[in-house]
Amino acid sequence: MAVCIAVIAKENYPLYIRSTPTENELKFHYMVHTSLDVVDEKISAMGKALVDQRELYLGLLYPTEDYKVYGYVTNSKVKFVMVVDSSNTALRDNEIRSMFRKLHNSYTDVMCNPFYNPGDRIQAFDNMVTSMMIQVC
Amino acid sequence: MSPTQWDFPVELCCRPMAFVTLTGLDVVYNAVHRAVWDAFCANRRADRVPISFKVLPGDHEYPKCRPKRTSYEWYIPKGILKTGWMNKHLNLVPALVVVFYELDWDEPQWKEKQSECATRVEIVRQSLQGRNTKVAVVLIQKKTPLPPGEDVIASERAAALCNACELSGKSLFVLPHTDHLVGYIIRLENAFYEHAQTYYYTEIRRVKSHKEFLNKTTHQLLFVRHQFKIAFFSELKQDTQNALKNYRTAYNLVHELRAHETNILEIKTMAGFINYKICRLCFQHNTPLDAIAQFRKHIDLCKKKIGSAELSFEHDAWMSKQFQAFGDLFDEAIKLGLTAIQTQNPGFYYQQAAYYAQERKQLAKTLCNHEASVMYPNPDPLETQTGVLDFYGQRSWRQGILSFDLSDPEKEKVGILAIQLKERNVVHSEIIITLLSNAVAQFKKYKCPRMKSHLMVQMGEEYYYAKDYTKALKLLDYVMCDYRSEGWWTLLTSVLTTALKCSYLMAQLKDYITYSLELLGRASTLKDDQKSRIEKNLINVLMNESPDPEPDCDILAVKTAQKLWADRISLAGSNIFTIGVQDFVPFVQCKAKFHAPSFHVDVPVQFDIYLKADCPHPIRFSKLCVSFNNQEYNQFCVIEEASKANEVLENLTQGKMCLVPGKTRKLLFKFVAKTEDVGKKIEITSVDLALGNETGRCVVLNWQGGGGDAASSQEALQAARSFKRRPKLPDNEVHWDSIIIQASTMIISRVPNISVHLLHEPPALTNEMYCLVVTVQSHEKTQIRDVKLTAGLKPGQDANLTQKTHVTLHGTELCDESYPALLTDIPVGDLHPGEQLEKMLYVRCGTVGSRMFLVYVSYLINTTVEEKEIVCKCHKDETVTIETVFPFDVAVKFVSTKFEHLERVYADIPFLLMTDLLSASPWALTIVSSELQLAPSMTTVDQLESQVDNVILQTGESASECFCLQCPSLGNIEGGVATGHYIISWKRTSAMENIPIITTVITLPHVIVENIPLHVNADLPSFGRVRESLPVKYHLQNKTDLVQDVEISVEPSDAFMFSGLKQIRLPAQAFYTYQYFCQATGSTHG
Repeated sequence: MAVCIAVIAKENYPLYIRSTPTENELKFHYMVHTSLDVVDEKISAMGKALVDQRELYLGLLYPTEDYKVYGYVTNSKVKFVMVVDSSNTALRDNEIRSMFRKLHNSYTDVMCNPFYNPGDRIQAFDNMVTSMMIQVC
Repeated sequence: MSPTQWDFPVELCCRPMAFVTLTGLDVVYNAVHRAVWDAFCANRRADRVPISFKVLPGDHEYPKCRPKRTSYEWYIPKGILKTGWMNKHLNLVPALVVVFYELDWDEPQWKEKQSECATRVEIVRQSLQGRNTKVAVVLIQKKTPLPPGEDVIASERAAALCNACELSGKSLFVLPHTDHLVGYIIRLENAFYEHAQTYYYTEIRRVKSHKEFLNKTTHQLLFVRHQFKIAFFSELKQDTQNALKNYRTAYNLVHELRAHETNILEIKTMAGFINYKICRLCFQHNTPLDAIAQFRKHIDLCKKKIGSAELSFEHDAWMSKQFQAFGDLFDEAIKLGLTAIQTQNPGFYYQQAAYYAQERKQLAKTLCNHEASVMYPNPDPLETQTGVLDFYGQRSWRQGILSFDLSDPEKEKVGILAIQLKERNVVHSEIIITLLSNAVAQFKKYKCPRMKSHLMVQMGEEYYYAKDYTKALKLLDYVMCDYRSEGWWTLLTSVLTTALKCSYLMAQLKDYITYSLELLGRASTLKDDQKSRIEKNLINVLMNESPDPEPDCDILAVKTAQKLWADRISLAGSNIFTIGVQDFVPFVQCKAKFHAPSFHVDVPVQFDIYLKADCPHPIRFSKLCVSFNNQEYNQFCVIEEASKANEVLENLTQGKMCLVPGKTRKLLFKFVAKTEDVGKKIEITSVDLALGNETGRCVVLNWQGGGGDAASSQEALQAARSFKRRPKLPDNEVHWDSIIIQASTMIISRVPNISVHLLHEPPALTNEMYCLVVTVQSHEKTQIRDVKLTAGLKPGQDANLTQKTHVTLHGTELCDESYPALLTDIPVGDLHPGEQLEKMLYVRCGTVGSRMFLVYVSYLINTTVEEKEIVCKCHKDETVTIETVFPFDVAVKFVSTKFEHLERVYADIPFLLMTDLLSASPWALTIVSSELQLAPSMTTVDQLESQVDNVILQTGESASECFCLQCPSLGNIEGGVATGHYIISWKRTSAMENIPIITTVITLPHVIVENIPLHVNADLPSFGRVRESLPVKYHLQNKTDLVQDVEISVEPSDAFMFSGLKQIRLPAQAFYTYQYFCQATGSTHG
């Protein structure tokens, strides 16, 4: 399961970011922020591809010693970033993909809420994210 | 930096090259030898064989060879690899010793020389006893040798020399000292290289031969050692493929060793060495992915092998070094042409190296925090007899001891203490910063701006720990704007917190205030208690007192800082700090809003300044001033604590100067615009809010324009998108988000209070003096002065209209081209309230079409605004569109005297010209007169009198005239003959007497004139009586210049009785007219 999940706006500011409470929160903020370098680069490389054939899942952004950072970008350039513990070998690419899909669905639900103002920090996301985060016992 | 114990030894990092020593060369005194040596060692480019040469005297003592072991049965190795071994084979034990000797084939004293040479070889052999090192002899000769086989003496003597020196023929070389020295040298060194390769081959064989004697229980270490040696010799042999293979085997063997706390360092050290070699060779073979994979494997295997807990910082130091070394290798490979990518570049390895260096620092801090009284142990347990260790990675106080049990725990303790105390002296920050800056340079190259920022934050923080606050601030300041512009408030807050500490410790007032302002602002994610603390400090600073120290600062540094702050207080001088808030997010927000986008000059300009504080406690400001593009207004828009009786600000109370957190404070300003500014834009250029006062310290927050800071544009956008309903607030309060900045307003002239009426009868007729009556009536309450009228064609229309439109005030004379299209500023004097004036205007339009006319009345009036007398200039304009039409249409036709339509006229035969004038004007027209001006070719038959004088034509009526004309024969003229002009003088029936008459000239059409040979003219009475004779007369006219034979026959109708000649034949003379009479008597038919 993920140790940090973040939703980043088109303009690259965080809409939602949550990490496991046991760890240093700031570290994950930096990690998510730096991963945007790779996301930006991947998006600009992707720009040439046909729009409808575009793959939303960006794959592994970059590995650090202890974590793996995965990325996903919606058609409206909202980015999802997920940090996973490197030692967690159970999480294959397919699992990550399905987690992102779940996240995307929840994000779509948030956007469908008429009381949500696009671009505001997201509040009503916690239940779903908690289910995807590592459970702290 | 001097090499530390963690740096790899030089002999490991260099590229191993075959070692060849040259003896018998006197490079100092002998020029020939010098040249030979230079040719060997100077300008060694990559295409030369990889040999490292060294000049040694012939009697040099090489390292002694230990007697060969016959059995390994009782041998127990003391470590993996001796520290001197690599250096020994790189620089001490040669693969080949070359003996240089000056000897020509025709040497007269051959025998003596030959034996001297043999002795030299013997000496070299002696000192190499037991080694497989090859020996070769090079004869330096003055003469160029003959081709092989031709010089019989040479081959004989060569064989003899070989024999004497116990050399094979392949080891004897001749070096003629001639022009082609470098060429010979290259051939020589290629031969040397072959010998060296043979030597290393035999060495590899030798080491391999030991293997069979080893057993797995006692000789584990030897397996690794031998494997490493084979690999290293392979490298010396330049067989990198085999070297790599053997290093890989060695690497696996290292990890098979039984690891224990006592030998873990040795194992890691060797693993690190071998890993380095493997990665290096992989990069060299251009297989970077293999290198990366090996390195990952290496790290994964070693990451957990921490070893002694008391010395765990050593593990981090070692890890850091592994990453750094790999980063260096990677970077080097890139310089040699490898391409790296954003997600796989040396930066990551430097970053990780920095991370471990930071970990090392942390551990060292906790493990090495001995009391100052703890003395460094004496004798130094880290000293060894030789000054170096025997084996890589062992402890100096128990070298060569393989037992896992500590024989002397006391000694161990002392040793650990010594290492810990040594670690304390290491400048960790320096190491970390170097690694970080390496990483920054890499990430900059591979398009990772955010990673770069992150590393710069770490660098800044490290400088902070290293107490270099200036550098720390510089770095932190640099990255702050990146985080701010991207809206990562958590990160910004973290950076700001460190920056605040730095500025506190340096007692940098302005920085301290700036960071505090932002940490109190809405972008800061600090908790309220922290904000309270910072606000309290800020207020203290503004009151010229010292702030409390920031938490978690070094105690010593705080002491210094407190002194610095105390000095600041006593230091008088400029204590006003102006801080531009455009580029950050301060805790006071400001928005300026003019009440309207434009103001009339006779009403006061009003605007509001909205202020909102985001800090936890109320804050008082001392002054607020607003600056405008016209600085004259600045004086009216100031609020100051001292001046309570400010006229501009209504209901000013002390409470106004206090900002309550979260509440929007509205301040109303009013001023009277200058009359010169009518038509101009008044803009707020800046808003300055002063906190603190000049007696203490004063901070002026300066907003450019109408407020707003680094975060407000995004907020405004979000607020505009939102359709959330805002909770209802009391009447006098507003929602901050709903306030939209309006930083400029237009000053427009006072609303005129006059009426302007236009009286005229459209449409205008072409060329007439069209009369336009302008009526101006004043509805003002006071007298208006200097009333001026501007009238005429409205500017900005088709340029041709300007040419064909003329305006005048005088209708009595026709205006011509010299009159303008627009009359400007016609003074019409003053007007009393209610008074009215009339002005006539005449317009002459030369072409048809519609035109816009402008009537613009301006005047001055005195008025009072806010008890201030001002002179306002008011104006009112009226625009009218007037159509211009032709007054009438003129049709002209030619008819015969019998009113038959004529296509053409006949020369000398009279015809009629008929004009038809059809009125097209909606108003009655008076045709004053008309005139026919004939062209010279035309003559009139009777009087040309006008028949339509003073005729009045209503719309649609027409007036016709008829003129009898004649045209002489003129021959055949192309296009016909000009007829002349028809001139009509006319005016509107309604126009006044003195209005001039307009003359319209119509050019008559050309007519084709044709000559005819015979002209017949019948002269008939207009009527006849029944049974009375009716005389009929025919005129025949011959128009030619020849006599014509004419036959005339008369065929009477049945209604007439006929007398006279019925048929006649006669010759007709040229140009002669005949008269022919006949009589007829008619009868009526019932």
